[in-house]
Amino acid sequence: MRDLSLHVLDLVQNAVAAGAKNISLLIGEDGEKDLLSIEVSDDGKGMAPDFAACAKDPFATTRTSRKVGLGLPLMDMTAKRAGGRLDIDSRPGEGTKITAVYRLSHIDRPPLGDIAATVKIIAAGCQGIFFRYEHRKGHNAFVLDTKAMREILGGEVDFGESAVMEWLDGFLREGLLALDKTEG
Amino acid sequence: MKSLEELKKLREKLQSDTKLRAADGIKVIVGMGTCGIAAGAREVMAALMDEVKKRGVAGVAFQQTGCIGMCDKEVLVDIISPGGPRITYGNVRPSDAGRLVAEHVVNGQIVKDLVVAKSV
Ligand code: FES
Repeated sequence: MRDLSLHVLDLVQNAVAAGAKNISLLIGEDGEKDLLSIEVSDDGKGMAPDFAACAKDPFATTRTSRKVGLGLPLMDMTAKRAGGRLDIDSRPGEGTKITAVYRLSHIDRPPLGDIAATVKIIAAGCQGIFFRYEHRKGHNAFVLDTKAMREILGGEVDFGESAVMEWLDGFLREGLLALDKTEG
Repeated sequence: MKSLEELKKLREKLQSDTKLRAADGIKVIVGMGTCGIAAGAREVMAALMDEVKKRGVAGVAFQQTGCIGMCDKEVLVDIISPGGPRITYGNVRPSDAGRLVAEHVVNGQIVKDLVVAKSV
């Protein structure tokens, strides 16, 4: 994966595959603490304890029995290389929370990448799922909540419709740009 | 500024103009499993959305799906026309988006050299 936004897409796909009804993505950029954090939590089926314990190890299970793919071991590796870590907190029947932290200024930290493209694609696939994305940068915050979108659009309109995607693209890009603004 | 207010207006437009609605239109589905993402699925989806927008095609619904077990043929794109078969395209690159939209989505012509599977 070239950048963190692709890892985020992969994490959220895992949550969708786990049958989650509510998925939350929280990204925090904290210049003062020199930290970049990515947190994905869901209320999906969770992982069994022995599975969660080895989910970061690419050799622990065979490829065919592995339901979360190679995404987590890869992410663990990049986090460690960038002075950070990856935590998996999962309970069967309750859900999973994945937290990745990186040193913001670390030379080996992959760039965040096109997070708007990632979020747009997640929203397109979120028919029966509520997805909430919050991005904090210093004192600014941007929130996209598909619950609010659903309330406005009503039941029949598909999030994946090209007209809705276009609106979302603009909404995300403008919102993320504004994160950089008022901060000195 | 794009706002939720604008989304409300969009809803009204979608309701009054049924041509814009995808409910019985064409579906474009991109495989977004781990290896699909690594192979560039997100970029392919973005390129397809771009083409649809550029050509002003209305009523296309984009969707994504997880792993479908054809990793060696990623990026995988399914196109389903109303009442038509489900065509699976493989090894799709962002540069193929123009053909897929112009030939299949707009004109209903299957792009033969990219097809890897077909189901009804
Ligand atoms: S993720 Fe590509 S087919 Fe499994």
